[in-house]
Amino acid sequence: MPAITLTINNELFSARKEQTILEIAREHGIDIPTLCHFEGLEAMGGCRLCLVELQGSPRPVPACITKAAEGMVITTSSDKLIEYRKMLVELLLAERTHTCSICVQNNNCELQTLAAKLGIDHVRFDYLHQQLPMDASRERFALDHNRCVLCLRCVRVCDAVEGAHTWDVRGRGSTSRIVADLDRPWGNSTSCTDCGKCVQLCPTGALYKKGATVGEMKKERSFLNRILERRRLAAQGRSL
Amino acid sequence: MNRGELAELAEATLQKQQACRLRLLVCCGTPCVAAGAEAVVAALREQLTGLGNLADLELVSTGCQGPCSRGPLLTVLQPGQPEQVWEKVTPELACTVLNTALQQQHLPEQNLLPQDWPFFNRQTRLVLANSGRIDPESLEQYIARGGYESLAQALHEMTPDDVCDGVVQSGLRGRGGGGYPTGLKWQLVRKSSGSRKFVVANGDEGDPGAYMDRSLMESDPHRILEGIAIAGYAIGADQGYIYVRGEYPVAAQRLRKAIKDAERAGLLGSRVLDSSFSFRIDIRIGAGAFVCGEETALLGSIMGRRGQPRIRPPYPAEAGLWGCPTLINNVETFGNIPSIFSIGPQAFSAYGNGKSRGTKVFALCGEVVNNGLIEVPMGIPLREIVYEIGGGLANGATFKAAQTGGPSGGCIPAEKLDTPVDYENLQALGSIMGSGGLIVMGEQSCMVDVARFFMEFCLDESCGKCVPCRTGTVEIYRLLSRICNGSASQRDLQTLEQLCVMMKDTSLCGLGAAAPNPVLSTLRWFRQEYEAHVKDRRCPAGVCSMNELPLHLLGEQLLQRISALRCDGEEY
Repeated sequence: MPAITLTINNELFSARKEQTILEIAREHGIDIPTLCHFEGLEAMGGCRLCLVELQGSPRPVPACITKAAEGMVITTSSDKLIEYRKMLVELLLAERTHTCSICVQNNNCELQTLAAKLGIDHVRFDYLHQQLPMDASRERFALDHNRCVLCLRCVRVCDAVEGAHTWDVRGRGSTSRIVADLDRPWGNSTSCTDCGKCVQLCPTGALYKKGATVGEMKKERSFLNRILERRRLAAQGRSL
Repeated sequence: MNRGELAELAEATLQKQQACRLRLLVCCGTPCVAAGAEAVVAALREQLTGLGNLADLELVSTGCQGPCSRGPLLTVLQPGQPEQVWEKVTPELACTVLNTALQQQHLPEQNLLPQDWPFFNRQTRLVLANSGRIDPESLEQYIARGGYESLAQALHEMTPDDVCDGVVQSGLRGRGGGGYPTGLKWQLVRKSSGSRKFVVANGDEGDPGAYMDRSLMESDPHRILEGIAIAGYAIGADQGYIYVRGEYPVAAQRLRKAIKDAERAGLLGSRVLDSSFSFRIDIRIGAGAFVCGEETALLGSIMGRRGQPRIRPPYPAEAGLWGCPTLINNVETFGNIPSIFSIGPQAFSAYGNGKSRGTKVFALCGEVVNNGLIEVPMGIPLREIVYEIGGGLANGATFKAAQTGGPSGGCIPAEKLDTPVDYENLQALGSIMGSGGLIVMGEQSCMVDVARFFMEFCLDESCGKCVPCRTGTVEIYRLLSRICNGSASQRDLQTLEQLCVMMKDTSLCGLGAAAPNPVLSTLRWFRQEYEAHVKDRRCPAGVCSMNELPLHLLGEQLLQRISALRCDGEEY
């Protein structure tokens, strides 16, 4: 595997050629916030939180999907990037109704952690207060659209790992919604295998196990470690 | 068909046309049909049938002739006489013209357009050379005007590398808005390795007020097919796709017929023009998503996936349709290709200004006297387009701004009217060339309201994949609405600017990155209007209703009302 050298935050690092900027940064303990990204799933580049500045590029580039190249000069944190990340998280908080105090995932939520880390104490935008439905028709799990951030981890894990492709997206823009099968209640889905991978990967309390009350939903992802690690390495042309 | 037969057919059709003592061209472009062109054609056809369908009289239903607001249009060609065009033709007027022409009398001057009308005279028609001159459904008429000759020339006299070099020399740049050098793109795809290669024509035109691509596809479909086939030969592809917007059924139907006719004549399909080159073209119809004009979303849509952009790189030139190298250009770009080879790359690059060569088709609309489809050399001053070709503003209004590039573009203010219209100069003004929509606005237009209109469009059309575009458009729209209804504060103006800059920098694809352009460019040139809305709660153009109050005024008003009440709730 050819090695390359690149500069991240004024420090020189060597890396393998097929690695993304995000992987290299994380290997060396440099923190880049992410939300839609999940190691081992195909990168989507939708949440834009992992944007980093790349010398020579007129706009910031997403670290999760940009492959490292020889001689890249990257800055992972600057006043501008932090401001952008804050605004992006604020946009997410304003988009749907994220009321932590009544959420099953309070204290275990990735969106909440991100907001706290970025020091967001208020949202400068209008709350859109969309009154979205819930789908509790499945026996063991439920979906609350009001907490969904459309990271599409559920769609990707269901398609690529479970192979069921139960989840997909309906509509576009701000009216996008996660749908089961061809937009039927989750309970009527014939393709869903009840494996729960989507529920465990969901960063917020949008997908959760029934029976959990405020703050009780903790996501258990260790059973996916091996398969996702294998997929991550395969994307770089390596094996376990 | 081989090359000799092609030349013979061209010659024979041309002779037949020259032998006509009278040729009547009725514009059957969509605006003219809406204005009643079909009745005109029917009346003329009846008259001609009554005369016994003489061989030396020809009636042609053509594509768009240009001045769309003046339809239906009738062009009369008689040997040895200058051509004459009538506007707003009724069936009666058309029959009078026909009869007087047959009796060799003086033709009626009612609704006759002047011979030296700048709308026609100031244009340079390369891409639109056949638009409005031929029946779009007739292969012979296209061939009679030199059609497929460029393809024959490429196949028989040039190597694929020569073809790419020719396009590079011509200086042609992408006409869809990006302005990437077309020749360079062709060379890139040619050099990419893949088991198969594809050519895709982007006909998913969706900007409000733009209809260049539709007119071209409807008026001269064979020109696009020829351009795509030449591209296929140059890059080594055997399959092409034309992605037509779902709202353009006529364009799709004409292209379908054109493909069938061309395949029957051996101009497409296996062994094109008796060479070893085989090439097929298929149509793909969009389903009403503006974002599918973005190249990666368009490719996804062709492959049957959700029409959503993906991050580039890899660019389609390396990995496009099904992972194969794919050349994707706008239909107008392909429309330029036959012209480049018929007049020669040097002659083509003689038109234009700086790094922008050739001509550009614009859909001129808004408050100008002459609305319609025009083609002008790059670098023409905006003033000439608005005041000479467009005939100035309607009802004596004063020019305020011109909007180019639709929802991805910006406004050009009156003081920049002398700017040459080309890629670099428009970009320097914070606008873009775009696909060619050109909306002229007078002092009756409120620029905040215009920005809000375009933001509403982007809000509707955002695909929802990335956060800044999905939610940012909604928030910007709400801020602009507040400014328009008078309830905005200075802080809102500040938030608006922050959000626009952030969206431009962070969005995933061109749609989101360009969506704040109408706001940013109006903020740049018409900031005083925003200030007037916010500070003085006044809309200078008198468009916005301003019937709501900002929070601090609302509080004051409430306090006043409360203090005017007695403690029992009754008024003093």
